[in-house]
Amino acid sequence: MGRVRTIARRSFLVGSAAVLGGVAFGTYLYKREVENPLLDQLAPGEVAFNPYVMIDADGITLITPRADVGQGAYSVQAHLIAEELDVDVSQVRLDPGPPAAAYYNHVVAAEGMPIAAVSDSFFAQAGRGAADVAGKLLGLQLTGGSSTVPDMYDRLREAGAMARETLVAAAMAQTGMAREQLETADGAVNLPDGSRLSYVDLAAAAAALEPVQDTPLRRPSEWRQLGQAHQRSDIVPKSTGTQDYGIDMQMAGLVYATTRTNPARGGGMRGYDAAEAEKMRGVQAILPIREGIAVVADNTWRAFQAAVAVNCDWGDSPYIGETEGQIAALNASFAKDQQDSRFRDDGDVEAALGDGEVVEASYQIPYLAHAPLEPMNVVVKLGAGRLDIWTGTQIPRFVQVNAAKLAGLEAEQVYVHVLMSGGSFGRRLEDDYVLEAVEIAQQMPDVPIKMTWSREEDFTHDFPRPMQVARARGKVAQGEVTAFDLGISATSVTESSLGRLGQPAMGPDVAIVAGAWDQPFAIPDYRVTGYRAPAMVPVSSWRSVGASGNGFLHESFMDELCHAAGADPLQERLRLCSHDVSRKVLKTVGEMSGWGGDLGPRRGRGVAFVLAFGVPVAQVVEVTDTDDGIRLDRVFVAVDVGRVLDPVNFEAQVTGGVIWGLGHAMNCELTYEAGVPQQDNYHAFEGMRLYQTPEITVRGLENGEKIRGIGEPGVPPAAPALANAIFDATGQRIREMPFDKHVRFV
Amino acid sequence: MKLNVNGKDHEVDVEDDMPLLWVLRDELGITGPKYGCGIGQCGACTVHIDGIAVRSCQLAAADVDGDVTTIEGLGTPQSMHAVQAAWVDHQVAQCGYCQSGQIMQAASFLDLNPDPSDDQIDAAMSGNLCRCGTYPRIRAAVKTAASKLQGV
Repeated sequence: MGRVRTIARRSFLVGSAAVLGGVAFGTYLYKREVENPLLDQLAPGEVAFNPYVMIDADGITLITPRADVGQGAYSVQAHLIAEELDVDVSQVRLDPGPPAAAYYNHVVAAEGMPIAAVSDSFFAQAGRGAADVAGKLLGLQLTGGSSTVPDMYDRLREAGAMARETLVAAAMAQTGMAREQLETADGAVNLPDGSRLSYVDLAAAAAALEPVQDTPLRRPSEWRQLGQAHQRSDIVPKSTGTQDYGIDMQMAGLVYATTRTNPARGGGMRGYDAAEAEKMRGVQAILPIREGIAVVADNTWRAFQAAVAVNCDWGDSPYIGETEGQIAALNASFAKDQQDSRFRDDGDVEAALGDGEVVEASYQIPYLAHAPLEPMNVVVKLGAGRLDIWTGTQIPRFVQVNAAKLAGLEAEQVYVHVLMSGGSFGRRLEDDYVLEAVEIAQQMPDVPIKMTWSREEDFTHDFPRPMQVARARGKVAQGEVTAFDLGISATSVTESSLGRLGQPAMGPDVAIVAGAWDQPFAIPDYRVTGYRAPAMVPVSSWRSVGASGNGFLHESFMDELCHAAGADPLQERLRLCSHDVSRKVLKTVGEMSGWGGDLGPRRGRGVAFVLAFGVPVAQVVEVTDTDDGIRLDRVFVAVDVGRVLDPVNFEAQVTGGVIWGLGHAMNCELTYEAGVPQQDNYHAFEGMRLYQTPEITVRGLENGEKIRGIGEPGVPPAAPALANAIFDATGQRIREMPFDKHVRFV
Repeated sequence: MKLNVNGKDHEVDVEDDMPLLWVLRDELGITGPKYGCGIGQCGACTVHIDGIAVRSCQLAAADVDGDVTTIEGLGTPQSMHAVQAAWVDHQVAQCGYCQSGQIMQAASFLDLNPDPSDDQIDAAMSGNLCRCGTYPRIRAAVKTAASKLQGV
């Protein structure tokens, strides 16, 4: 065993350079090789070629460190490795791996910088490089920002190629054959006589060799796996009830817990009376935690019942507690001293709007919950000098560090086991639920504790998408849009969420204006200004983050200006569009939808375009104004992610994003009274249901130069395309979400 | 009290009003049925009682008056029910958390209505919430399963 470990460590130290592949620049700390976290966990006979490929006597394990929250991340990461390694993904094990600096995300931090995705200027490239350095220094092992594919595209293929060629080198040494005589397929090296040397059998010999580096990656035309539809690795378990999520964890001696904290977040607890609850059947303990109480019982339902029976004396909300007050605060923030950014300021907007007829509009967007269907939950066990955490999370390193801090341990003493998540949409970028469970474990050591929130606790303790208010002014002349001035007031998501993770948020918050300031339109006088409203209820990233709301603001007003100009909304966007890849997306959606053709009476269509996360997306929504209300008929979507790695999952992500965008725009809001969200379950926050779902047709284009992610970009254009379609059908302009405040949907 | 789940008899000692969902999950360790809302709004907990879809979060243990089938009893990875096979063919699941309930709802619905119209599919499946937005594939999979079950 000792020998294998020594060899493996040496092989990694050489191999790590290939994994980091040509990105070494900047500080010494940045250059220093990150450790292969697999080396600390190798069992006898296991070999780890790099942080992504591990082989033992039983087979091959691929490490897929980005979390799967439903977007198919495990499958796509596995296929990226497998494409070069030449293994059948259905024949290998997948493992998310431990939290480790090696798995840092080197692109997601760039999303927080004011660099237009379409820009390739020196400044833009230098900025992305700086974000990469920051990502590594922070050990930013984070799943989010639609970054899994762009971040992992080269890394995982290089890891697969390095492992493959090293295994082939072992086969060459064993057989005395030349490289040209050997081929690889299905986890084995094939010899000219048709016999096979399996990777498993070659692994020990390969581990003793210098890893083979700098192998050219296969060109897309040579791909054997990528670019084709695959059965997702989790599709059979998820269709047979055999997929274990965090909430399904079972182990000997497990007790069941729930927590109840102030529904006015941040208000704290003055005291509590648990006399009645303590007598309830199955209740083992009622424990104080920082923000409220925890109940430990022998069944989750009994814990839920007892938690409700505890008489809690909550403190007052420290934030503006009423929806009206929140709106007033946003409106009051359109002030010079609260200006947060003005990344777009083309021409001279003030002069352009100085005289003549100005088109004006204001818009409002509510707080929205993530409400993934699996409520927040975690299993924790605190032993002597060791804390184990089993949970679905997008931030395993932060979970590790923050839990260690709370429990008084070193980070290395905290073992985070990442499990499949039943959705997230950004919710599992937070670790509040984990830390509550750690507080229980500190009072009940050596017992595995499964903590599950009730749905009501989950809704009232979300960190929602922030409310936004926008003021827009513009001008048209000779049938063209000539001036566009958009001001957006919102609480800073970046400040709020990074603050909870103990990280500073410096400079302007790009999220306040993302999806609005960076759009590829050449309007002569064009300005987008972000205003930072005071921190109110804590907020966080919600599928497509800033662009989720800003797309509605930008594209609704663009439609209003087109209408004012008497211009066709699609043709005018095409005329103004300054980015060739985006123009093709707009053109394509026009062709797909038969734009311009007659839809018949009481029908309408709307178009919207948003470039977010580097992905241009255009959508056309068609509606009918029936006697019973608005019916959504069809949606056409054209998207360019540079390269589609799996067309089936691609279509699923785009379609899901459209439904997410539409359903919340139509039907959802969180309103507040005394700091408490008034919607505490799905009866009051419906999202979209099947009967309202339109037919959705998706086309993926591959003109973009860089490969991009698709988890989020489908969301932002859906809401404005629908609002614009309703205007086309009825003449009614909707400037406030949810739309069902203004129209009825069937 | 006695419960028959997936063909197996169980004796459980629980309050009469404990919802069947929590008897299954925390007393018997049968975790295919999911907790999503606890108020019959999401359908993730759907199981069959004598073949009929019910929301197990709304059914008190004492009121269970027939044999319980969960997703685990409908079919297995090695031997899938036609509805599960259609779900795999169409790659319906994303996060998959609602899909146990969706599949149990669809199986019961197709048993009662083997040749449904599009509107009937929409009506039957709209009580099951999917946050990922897999609805278009659910529609397609229900149709595929209907054809298969009819031997078309």
